[in-house]
Amino acid sequence: MSELVRSYLTVAIFAAAAVGLVGLLLGISRILRPQRPSVSKQMAYESGVDPEGGDWAQSQIRYYVFAVLFVIFDVEAVFIFPWAVRLEVYGLFGLIEMFIFIAILALGLGYAWRKGVLRWV
Amino acid sequence: MILAQLSNFEGPSIDWLPLTPQIILVVAALVILLVTSLSPAKVSDSFSTAVTVGSGVAAGVVAWFVWNDIRDEGPSSTVAGAVGVDGFSIFFTILTLSALVATSLVGHSYIKREQMAAPEFSALLLLTAVGAIVMASANDLIVLFIGLEALSIGLYVMAAMQFRRREAQEAAMKYFVLGAFSSAFFLYGIALVYGATGSTNLVNIAAYFNTIGSRINNLELFYVGMALMLVGLAFKVAAAPFHFWAPDVYQGSPSPVSGYMASAAKAAGFAAMLRIFFVAFSRTSADWTPIVAVLSAITLIVGAVMAITQNDVKRMLAFSSVGHAGYVLVAVQAATSDGTSAALFYLFTYTFMVIGSFAVVSLLGWNDGHDVSRYEGLARRRPLIAVAFTVFLLGQAGVPFTSGFVGKFLVIRSAVDDEIYWLAVLAMVVSVITAFMYLRIISNMWDREVDVADAPRLSVPLTTGFVVVVCAMITVVYGVIPQSLIEFARDAVPVLVAGG
Repeated sequence: MSELVRSYLTVAIFAAAAVGLVGLLLGISRILRPQRPSVSKQMAYESGVDPEGGDWAQSQIRYYVFAVLFVIFDVEAVFIFPWAVRLEVYGLFGLIEMFIFIAILALGLGYAWRKGVLRWV
Repeated sequence: MILAQLSNFEGPSIDWLPLTPQIILVVAALVILLVTSLSPAKVSDSFSTAVTVGSGVAAGVVAWFVWNDIRDEGPSSTVAGAVGVDGFSIFFTILTLSALVATSLVGHSYIKREQMAAPEFSALLLLTAVGAIVMASANDLIVLFIGLEALSIGLYVMAAMQFRRREAQEAAMKYFVLGAFSSAFFLYGIALVYGATGSTNLVNIAAYFNTIGSRINNLELFYVGMALMLVGLAFKVAAAPFHFWAPDVYQGSPSPVSGYMASAAKAAGFAAMLRIFFVAFSRTSADWTPIVAVLSAITLIVGAVMAITQNDVKRMLAFSSVGHAGYVLVAVQAATSDGTSAALFYLFTYTFMVIGSFAVVSLLGWNDGHDVSRYEGLARRRPLIAVAFTVFLLGQAGVPFTSGFVGKFLVIRSAVDDEIYWLAVLAMVVSVITAFMYLRIISNMWDREVDVADAPRLSVPLTTGFVVVVCAMITVVYGVIPQSLIEFARDAVPVLVAGG
């Protein structure tokens, strides 16, 4: 057995232990617990409220545009935080770089705005 | 420790001139989006096309200056060794820019006819071209992956630009799902190769194989990574058995976009393949050349056999483009400088043939199909277009006095020099089989029996006609005097230079 395969043996043992432990615990409780099913017990659990309607509900597709725009600015924030902390080290070059980056993203937002993406129809 | 390093931070030295072509294209795309969306009145579609063509030409001029610098001072690399500046990147920059300008001109009239969104088409075209150029000049696997994604994501959207057609939706969905899948393969390959060699930089990967020599160490990881990267790239260039998306996507996409996919996107995939496999993995070439040889044999056979059974011209061209990927793979598997320059020559000449072909298809085929019977009697309706299309088809069949013949000759010679005779023979046999389908379209066009008196007048817009004629001229010129392009391709064999 090569070194690579041997090092994955640990992973396999770990996985087997995890499956075995869960199976053991669920098995013990199945043997020990009393079983008296009723209608209210079989209902889908919705945080204590009675479930309403079917489980194949449509969700509003319009939200996804906002989700996409949100992700863009979320990523922008991820880049801006470390940059802001160390700005004095990066100097003028870093300042210009970041403003080019922000300008391109702002342009994207402006484009989306003008195209009417932000309007709730 | 890290803080101490940061306090005397010094960014990598950047040589701006070689990056200028990409910057010009990005700025042009932003200008198009900004002007067309913010201006109060409707901006003419000609503005987008003019900016696209102008920036493409300007980027080409800059690339020419960079090429002169490289010839004087030798190849180099910039941005901490992540971007290579050599003849190879200039070659693919010029190839991509040619495809960009031609597609933009063909797309101009197509967009007007099909009422598509012109600014978005132009902007996406420019951004995908940047992706292709980044891919071809990347010296680092991460940079290469970013280029690949910039190219692919733009193409997914461009495939869907006629979103009211069912075929376009199908094409875009298939392309997106399978493309994302293959990108994941490629990325996982990068991760494994990084794990095996300790670097994503191609220079360091090549250096790793030079230092370990014959000592075998961690090579399982490397082999798996290499195979996954090959799968990812084989998908992008539509090599069998990873070609299943190609016919549906080429058929459903707008015709100019299909031409662009078959030229620029395919060339970028091969650029990445050559840079990674021929240069960085050159010490292990005994391991990957047999795989590529078998891949090319399957691709050649599948491309030919499937193409001759099609009745739809666009689908036929899609399968023929699969076959052409097989020819380029024949040159790639040789893993020699001659083979690489043969692949470059083939890709360059094929670009003009395929863009010209899809330009003609965009003229004749409307939304109701591209059956081969539509081409009957074209020679009497539009003689110039028929002559040009004949040139493209003969070129793709590899008839002498077209650039396709020289390309096929160079490719097969590289296999013969490498003493892979079975593949050379196969490539020749397949070129005879594929000649059938090209000749079938040609005989349809020149059929004298067909009555064309009551056929509707075929309008040929100026920009599309210009592209078709220029592409046909290039195909003939490089078929008769190929020497200058052969020398350019020879100077463009990729080299790796470590970053300063």
